Amino acid sequence: MITRRAFLAAAGAAAAAPTALQATPQAVSEAIRALTGGAPAPRGRVKLEVPELIENGNSVVLGVAVESPMTAADHVKAIHVFAPLNPLPNMISVYLGPRAGRARFTTRVRVADSQTLMALAQLSDGSFWSDEVAVVVTLAACTEELK
Amino acid sequence: MARAIVKVPARARRGEIIELRAIVGHVMETGFRHTEKGALVPRDIIRQMVCRYNGIEIFRADFHPAVAANPLVVFNTIATESGRIEFTWTGDNGFAASESAPIAVE
Amino acid sequence: MIRRRLASLLLLAVASCAAPPDGRRSGYEFMGPDTRAMQDDDASNPASLWVLDGESLWRARAGAANKACADCHGDAGRSMRGVAARYPAFDSSRGTLLDLDQRINLCRTTRQNASALQPESRELLALSAFIGRQSRGLPIDIAVPREAEPLLEAGRAAFRRRQGQLNLACTQCHDRLAGEKLAGNPIPQAHPTGYPIYRLEWQGLGSLQRRLRNCMIGVRAEPYAYGAPEYVELEYYLMWRSRGMRLETPAVRP
Repeated sequence: MITRRAFLAAAGAAAAAPTALQATPQAVSEAIRALTGGAPAPRGRVKLEVPELIENGNSVVLGVAVESPMTAADHVKAIHVFAPLNPLPNMISVYLGPRAGRARFTTRVRVADSQTLMALAQLSDGSFWSDEVAVVVTLAACTEELK
Repeated sequence: MARAIVKVPARARRGEIIELRAIVGHVMETGFRHTEKGALVPRDIIRQMVCRYNGIEIFRADFHPAVAANPLVVFNTIATESGRIEFTWTGDNGFAASESAPIAVE
Repeated sequence: MIRRRLASLLLLAVASCAAPPDGRRSGYEFMGPDTRAMQDDDASNPASLWVLDGESLWRARAGAANKACADCHGDAGRSMRGVAARYPAFDSSRGTLLDLDQRINLCRTTRQNASALQPESRELLALSAFIGRQSRGLPIDIAVPREAEPLLEAGRAAFRRRQGQLNLACTQCHDRLAGEKLAGNPIPQAHPTGYPIYRLEWQGLGSLQRRLRNCMIGVRAEPYAYGAPEYVELEYYLMWRSRGMRLETPAVRP
């Protein structure tokens, strides 16, 4: 006999399970681990700039800036951006060097659903730093079917 | 057909940090969309953008399907010498595009 | 109480008839700062890719006549300045209303002896964006000669007519509820000040007809075929309703 509690728990679990079009939490942490090798990536030095309320998830201006002197001895080697609830967790990776002058870039990305976006910076000394921003995505009205 | 538009300052002082801006025309088909009839539209994206300053790589980006159509990237570099700054894009189905602009550094 | 309600309804009805010159706001003003910045900078506006293509097409020889637009019209910066701001326009020699795309195709078929460009084709959008760009910043100025008045009225009636399974008229959202939210997004006033637009939803450039089709699908109405006179009449009314507002072509919109 199934108790009401068991039924509700099962229904809740089914509702919470990610759909086919969302990366699993495992895929996200694997993507990050592939870069960090398990090293810590504390919040700090990285600033992820993206509007908290997104008017259209199809094209969102996203920028990342990292505090760094960008010298040969001390610079940002790479910046990676992740969207845990997009179909794939990786959004973009950029590779810099001391010639950049500034550790920053801006681009336009697709954000599939309201979620917490994350930026990861890889420094020349082997350390990692990160930032997160929770965004809300609204849907466009009056669309069209894709033929 | 115009493939890309790049913005490089025409002149700069040696050592100045300048802004570079490049936009390339590409649909960036994610591979997750379906037609009305339920058929999957296959992935077709730009995979990489490389920027070279007189032949030396100064910036590189790996694009994933999350990058929006007609990708725009804005970034910085130090104006080291006069010459050409070249942007190249490569992607699925043999996609290749490039655009360059001159820079005079005094 | 009922009298006051009737009075306010009457006021609302009168107000929605008038389309006053002040209080009109372009869709630009309903957008966030990032999207506005995209429109303002040619090097950030993806529509610039189409404008550049249009510039090449302007100079390309076409058709059996082997003529380019430039052969008759010269430098588009001079000859096309103000043109897009005056379309749709009534062609009295033909007795028909034409939008800019139709005018471009008329030139192609009658002057260049080339085939008409398909609606929403890259070439037609590129030419339309390039020509429209030459009028950016100019006030929209739609002429309504007496023979065209019934066509303007037809457009106005279409704007007010309920349609589709949702049984909604354009005016209900775009006059009365403009500024309110639909699915989290602000409802604009429906002034076509920047067509063809780079719509973030499309991630591409598209015409006003494409946008009107989206609206019709949105209210679950069967959209007319591209080029239908119903669209041109509605475009005529919408552009006339925007008269005096600045053209922003090619605009960016969510």
